[in-house]
Amino acid sequence: MTDDKDVLRDVWFGRIPTCFTLYQDEITEREAEPYYLLLPRVSYLTLVTDKVKKHFQKVMRQEDISEIWFEYEGTPLKWHYPIGLLFDLLASSSALPWNITVHFKSFPEKDLLHCPSKDAIEAHFMSCVKEADALKHKSQVINEMQKKDHKQLWMGLQNVVSTWSSQEIETTQRVKQDRFDQFWAINRKLMEYPAEENGFRYIPFRIYQTTTERPFIQKLFRPVAADGQLHTLGDLLKEVCPSALAPEDGEKKNQVMIHGIEPMLETPLQWLSEHLSYPDNFLHISIIPQPTD
Amino acid sequence: MAEEPESALQLSPSTAADGEGPTEVSPETATPEPPSSAAVSPGTEEPAGDTKKKIDILLKAVGDTPIMKTKKWAVERTRTIQGLIDFIKKFLKLVASEQLFIYVNQSFAPSPDQEVGTLYECFGSDGKLVLHYCKSQAWG
Repeated sequence: MTDDKDVLRDVWFGRIPTCFTLYQDEITEREAEPYYLLLPRVSYLTLVTDKVKKHFQKVMRQEDISEIWFEYEGTPLKWHYPIGLLFDLLASSSALPWNITVHFKSFPEKDLLHCPSKDAIEAHFMSCVKEADALKHKSQVINEMQKKDHKQLWMGLQNVVSTWSSQEIETTQRVKQDRFDQFWAINRKLMEYPAEENGFRYIPFRIYQTTTERPFIQKLFRPVAADGQLHTLGDLLKEVCPSALAPEDGEKKNQVMIHGIEPMLETPLQWLSEHLSYPDNFLHISIIPQPTD
Repeated sequence: MAEEPESALQLSPSTAADGEGPTEVSPETATPEPPSSAAVSPGTEEPAGDTKKKIDILLKAVGDTPIMKTKKWAVERTRTIQGLIDFIKKFLKLVASEQLFIYVNQSFAPSPDQEVGTLYECFGSDGKLVLHYCKSQAWG
């Protein structure tokens, strides 16, 4: 099990080198230099981009600034999707750094939710955790927790992103480790299940594809089959998204990606749920076309 | 799973057919499928036509939020929570600036872009999805 804890750590500390550039039509008083950041995969765009916002607002007039939003190659980026999911789904086949365009005008009401404050992110995050626990434990675990436990989950996520860029490497490392421990002290309870069963009631997962208009696929799926066999990632896809799989003897057309890797389709879903879920307790799975080069 | 005959059809058709709102449940439309489950339905890919079918939702008011005379509605699977919020606000004649929260299982507030069809499949029971709505945050 010690090896598996390293997986949790790797997932938690995953970062994406990103270059933020101001949209060409934004009005500035002087030239806006690009801004570089290492974005935490497990966090949310609007939670970690205060510095980006400040950087660009310095060269803009107050009256030209309204709600900030982000876009990659013409696609508005949903702040309520985890950063790692957005990257896997939209940009994983392109070269790093990830080039994100920053906008302060023409908010795309149709495509994005407003993010009025950090409270909105917290509310969204906690709602996802609760939904996941409704699937995993009929909400029993999350309901037995106290308000301060809920807060600790959120704070663990929050602090890790606000300290990462500090120059005091050693302190930062310790703080980052503390936040990881803080989060997992609570989150491990959400990952437990009765000893007599071999997993959760249902696996909280969402499958995203760029090729469809639908937001995502989410269904009830048990980690264990009726005959006691553990369901695998391949079993899940076969049932809820068969188009993602290569036909037998056929050419592989898609990549099935979680946290920037392609897990083997034979991997038990329960293990994936415990180790590769995002902090919101969902497995966010991206189906993307196989790069052709 | 037996569908009860619909009893709450007192509203006039003109009200029910208000704009693009959900439609009141009539016996013909009240035949939703049971929620799918990995255990009982292996290998089912949803046929394209299936996504067009409507699902039944039951709307329940929380606290001092006004109740809706008609509680049961048939709505498109692809309708979003935001679409439903807009509909309820219009139905209750709330002003646009008033907030409305929708909860599943009296526990979590799905994000406004989530589709009710997905929620129905995961959290529906007895052929319907029960949603609570509230003008203030009811369940933190």
